Amino acid sequence: MKKVYSRPKSLKPTKFHYCPGCGHSTVHRLICEVIDELSIADRTIGVCPAGCAVIAYNYFDVDMIEAAHGRGCAVATGIKRVLPDRVIFTYQGDGDLAAIGTAETLHAANRGENFTIIFINNAVYGMTGGQMAPTTLTGQFSTTTPFGRSEKLDGYPIRVSELLAQLPGTVYIERCAVNSPLNINRTKKALKKAFLYQMDNDFGLTMIEILSQCPTNWKMSPPDACRWMEEVMMKEYPLGIIKDVTAIKGAE
Amino acid sequence: MAPKGKIEIDEELCKECGLCITVCRTDNIAFSSRLNSSGFHPASFKDNGKCTGCTLCAVMCPDGAIEVFRA
Ligand code: SF4
Ligand code: SF4
Ligand code: SF4
Repeated sequence: MKKVYSRPKSLKPTKFHYCPGCGHSTVHRLICEVIDELSIADRTIGVCPAGCAVIAYNYFDVDMIEAAHGRGCAVATGIKRVLPDRVIFTYQGDGDLAAIGTAETLHAANRGENFTIIFINNAVYGMTGGQMAPTTLTGQFSTTTPFGRSEKLDGYPIRVSELLAQLPGTVYIERCAVNSPLNINRTKKALKKAFLYQMDNDFGLTMIEILSQCPTNWKMSPPDACRWMEEVMMKEYPLGIIKDVTAIKGAE
Repeated sequence: MAPKGKIEIDEELCKECGLCITVCRTDNIAFSSRLNSSGFHPASFKDNGKCTGCTLCAVMCPDGAIEVFRA
């Protein structure tokens, strides 16, 4: 029999440190599949966040750099401006990107920096133990919203993609998810499209927001977490293209 | 009829999340009673003759533990 599916080459054979069923490792694999398919391993540079993915550089067999908490977009801006022929991505969770890193993210988008943000939205602070994140859903339980997030007390869940889509500096923003094989394949297609755009242009920020399961802090089994995303989370964060002014048709 | 596909699971990478089991349409994966070195019961291929090599299990596996083969 012929091998039709295996781990991508640019994903190191290292065992992931993430919890069972966590969506982070799925996204890592998809990024590596796209890097392999575009043959860009020798010219890709990733920027790691603070959060559960803080040691993501252990898994990607490409150049990686660690940014201070939330500053991924500022670091990526610097790299891209010095090395414009490289493919640059930041990998950031909702705490990193939508809380402490809001300013850096917003201004990089407003300047139309030509790199790709890979934004992992799991509606919670993962690494620190499940506190409320800016993206936590109204009514959702977390260790700091033990009675459920209240709009009056805690504000509203932030839809970062819709927010950034209003800026002329952003060219392609899509919200995807990794809770089912269908959504995983769509995520990969979106990542590829963002990288292709970045490679063919010198202006415009691309961002793929990825809804990702955190079974540990949601206190669900991995299959239940994937169902909850479909039934609850996607009502607040609908999947699909939020903005697309690129001329690139779907990858593949 | 010979099966159309088969999978190989790297038991050391598996974390017993069960996601491959939920997406397999031919009921071809189950947890084994063995433990791997991290203390998980790894998923194992039942090889019931119906695997189509559809790759859904491997696409879904967060830990990249599954390889798929097709005739
Ligand atoms: S805490 Fe959540 S996001 Fe972090 S590794 Fe565990 S499941 Fe993944
Ligand atoms: S390849 Fe398809 S049929 Fe075979 S074990 Fe995986 S999910 Fe099941
Ligand atoms: S999806 Fe992967 S990690 Fe989860 S049980 Fe199956 S083989 Fe193991």
